[in-house]
Amino acid sequence: MNLAGYLGGLKAKFLRRAESDAEIDAELRSHIALRADDLERGGMARAEAERRARIELGGREKYKEEMHEALGGNFMSTLMQDVRFSLRVLRKSPGFTVAAIVTLALAIGANAVVFGVMDGLILRPLNVPHAESLYGVPYSNNPTWQSYPNYVDLRDRNRSFEDLAAFNFSLGAALDTGKDAELANGFAATGNYFDALGVHPYLGRFFHASDQQGQNSAAFIVLTYAYWHSRFESDRNVVGRTVLLNKHPYMIIGVAQPGFQGTLQFVSPDYWVPIVNQQELGGGGDPNDRSNTGGVFESFGHLKPGVTPAQAMADVDAVSAYLEKTYPKQVAHQKTEISRVGLSAFSSGVRAFVAGLSLLAGLILLAACANLGGLFAARAADRGREMALRLALGATRKRILRQLMTEAVLVSLCGGAAGLIGSMVLLRKLSTWQPITGAPIHLPVSPDAKLYWFALGLALLSAFLFGIVPVRQVLRANPYEIVKAGSTARQGRSVTVRDVLLVVQIAICAVLVTSSLVAVRGLMRSLHSDFGFDPGNTMLAGVNLATAGYSGDQVPAMQRRLIDALGTIPGVEAAGMVNGYPPLVYTAGTKVSVFKVETSDLKPANAAALPYRYDISPGYFAAAGTSLLAGRDLLWGDNKNAPVVAVVNRNFAEKIFGSVVNAIGRSYKLQDGTRVEVVGVVENGKYQVLTEDQQPAIFLNYLQSPVSPGYIVVRSKRDPQQLAAAMRNKVRELDSGLTSDIQSWNSLLQTVLFPSRVATMALGVLGMMGGMLSITGIFGMAAYSVSKRLKELGIRMALGAQRGEVLRTALGKAVKLLGIGSAVGLVLGILASRVLGYIVYQATPRDPLVLGGVVAAMALLGLVATWIPAQRALAVDPMVLLREE
Amino acid sequence: MGDQAQLLPGTLDLLILKAVSLGPLHGYGILLRIGQISDSALLIEQGALYPALFRLVRQGLMKASWGTSENNRKAKFYELTAAGRKRFREETESWNRLTAAMSAALATRAEEV
Repeated sequence: MNLAGYLGGLKAKFLRRAESDAEIDAELRSHIALRADDLERGGMARAEAERRARIELGGREKYKEEMHEALGGNFMSTLMQDVRFSLRVLRKSPGFTVAAIVTLALAIGANAVVFGVMDGLILRPLNVPHAESLYGVPYSNNPTWQSYPNYVDLRDRNRSFEDLAAFNFSLGAALDTGKDAELANGFAATGNYFDALGVHPYLGRFFHASDQQGQNSAAFIVLTYAYWHSRFESDRNVVGRTVLLNKHPYMIIGVAQPGFQGTLQFVSPDYWVPIVNQQELGGGGDPNDRSNTGGVFESFGHLKPGVTPAQAMADVDAVSAYLEKTYPKQVAHQKTEISRVGLSAFSSGVRAFVAGLSLLAGLILLAACANLGGLFAARAADRGREMALRLALGATRKRILRQLMTEAVLVSLCGGAAGLIGSMVLLRKLSTWQPITGAPIHLPVSPDAKLYWFALGLALLSAFLFGIVPVRQVLRANPYEIVKAGSTARQGRSVTVRDVLLVVQIAICAVLVTSSLVAVRGLMRSLHSDFGFDPGNTMLAGVNLATAGYSGDQVPAMQRRLIDALGTIPGVEAAGMVNGYPPLVYTAGTKVSVFKVETSDLKPANAAALPYRYDISPGYFAAAGTSLLAGRDLLWGDNKNAPVVAVVNRNFAEKIFGSVVNAIGRSYKLQDGTRVEVVGVVENGKYQVLTEDQQPAIFLNYLQSPVSPGYIVVRSKRDPQQLAAAMRNKVRELDSGLTSDIQSWNSLLQTVLFPSRVATMALGVLGMMGGMLSITGIFGMAAYSVSKRLKELGIRMALGAQRGEVLRTALGKAVKLLGIGSAVGLVLGILASRVLGYIVYQATPRDPLVLGGVVAAMALLGLVATWIPAQRALAVDPMVLLREE
Repeated sequence: MGDQAQLLPGTLDLLILKAVSLGPLHGYGILLRIGQISDSALLIEQGALYPALFRLVRQGLMKASWGTSENNRKAKFYELTAAGRKRFREETESWNRLTAAMSAALATRAEEV
């Protein structure tokens, strides 16, 4: 039905009501007239006869209502009556109404935000056709066997995928349009990438498998719609233009559809280049090396019709087992999980986190409903006299309940609308949020119709939850008793539904407060824990020489010049370089297999350890603040022509050689058979994520295995801003075409701290909301009990009660309920916080500070909440009170 | 008005149908007719009649039209529809069966068991 028709129907309903109202009146008038005629005939005066006739007719309004009901279809008009009446009632107590709406707005808003995030990350399928059958071999933190040659074998040998495509993160490359070079982030994709996904270009064309004719053969670039829009100002003539990527010419062949951003939900790249060209751009390592797992991030494809994920998994496993058998030296077969494409290796973590959040948000809503249920019950009790009058005047209990429900629904709809608006603002902010500077990560959240329905559903659900609380009260109410005695006279039972609700609510809030304190404390500790290096007072300069066209032996030579140059900046205490990423930056780390010298069959299964490998320059440890436990640092003399040497961490030394002292001078073997002599041992540290168990690590000299991207670590107590400027100038002095990414180590640590930060932030917000809810809950309860018992308090005071006794009488119950609720919540919170340990490093609830904090917080909340009622109780003037009534 | 019996639930409708089956009547007339044919033994609250009338009209058993009463008052007259007559016959039969069975049951004496 269209809107005009609907409104027309609505109007007709009201008109019919007015019409039938007139007719009903006419009929009842006629009845009274006829009856009066009869009575008059019996000798009664006309006026008396009419009065008599009206009395005999009975409850006129009641019968009129029943006649309307008998006519049917008066639902709308009853509803409008209820709505009008509810609005009047709510307007009469604005404080209550506003408090209720704000409470609900917060609770529903929190749930809507969590739902929006869940929808964006988990519920919504990828923006590609038939995303439901798209499965992939995800990236994982464990070393995998996914290298480019292995990918090619898997693509050709599997029988489960329609077509298997793959991509890799291309390191940020300098994209030069002729005017200026700017860092852009892209994916290096296999030729069949777009075809396997079944997507079509917005402009121009995509590259295909046929475009790849061997290494560095396809200098094409495809732009994302967003990047084309921002960098090229939506210029439709870009197709066919050539841009410089790391100084190599690439032709723009197409622009992707708006909204298409590849297969990772939370990453939005700027462009795609063919994977066969990634080495030229300085990424991916050796594409022909089977053990180089840096070449492919993830491979994926549509499952063939009828193939289940389990069958595909078995198939992939079989292929990788075959690869291990064929290339025992390069491939270590790992049990492979295949999963839906979208969240990659973070799938389970993200799911657990979002599930946890929704649970907490649900608890908030429950607490809010308990809170409002208590308030509504208290109001219903206060309005006992009104209800009794209405019952006595012939209203049915059903009608009264219906009106109370209408009130609840009105309040919750207002709250829901406010919450929805707030959550939409927040979600829009989230979608433009760049949590990690320099990384193309964003949350794909966009509020849509689903969110509106969700909020509406929550509003109705909560209206039902808190609206139902006073029902029993109304059903049991005896109008005659109440009208006779007044609503204050009856003392309720010792434990009421309201009390239980308050305890539940406080318990929930205490859970939230506990978890947020645990998370905050965990985050604080992880910020100050021992990383094995000191990120304070350091500045990192990310320099990728490939972007400026360096290759071969030029690379280590230029890197040395950079290190030396940065080391000469006044105020710099030490400078050193690490290839790839420094520890704890972008959760990146490379693990390698090492073997004991006596091992001759160097297949991965025989590896003695799987340490993180760093290629560093001499002076790195001094710059990083890592202390040397034994032996010596790497030297400039340990170059290509010298024996290969390494510094190892304590864990590695103890694992392989038994002790720190034993390790010096001993050797181990790398995968390619190189013998490496240990010349020094450094302290243990964290390498990839904060939650990792202690891992072994080896540090080799970068001169003996040069790679072009790296970070130069500069230690200085100078002002970071000035230092960064000085460093940028130094780099430009050496080569004006070289871009450098200069940030403090601490700011780069935010990647590893990101999960803890987000968890802490979310829990902090929820904890605060929990706190606020418990304040309003206790306040409502305390204020109500004081106002109910003002008279009693007045009498007590008149009889000489002390202030303390008055307070105990007035607030004793509120405080007792607060205590019980807090205790229950604290215990539950401690249990719940174990889960937190997986996300927030060092989150432990068994921390006296946390326990004390929770108790203090709840006590403070109680104090704040009972302050005003307590003042009111103490300010009672017995004379005034007793004079009343 | 001493010896009046409360109506059994559901019997009001049947009484109204009976009253109206004898000829079109307005609401007050229906009350009088019920009083007359039941010898004032059945008590009906006056107002309660009207919701029942409306219900019966809505069910299509009666139809109503405005007219003028014998003493020249404007009044709404009710009469049975075809469906109403059919329903009245059925209800009367089932009522008779029920009362016959009830009377037989209540009239049973000890020696007959």
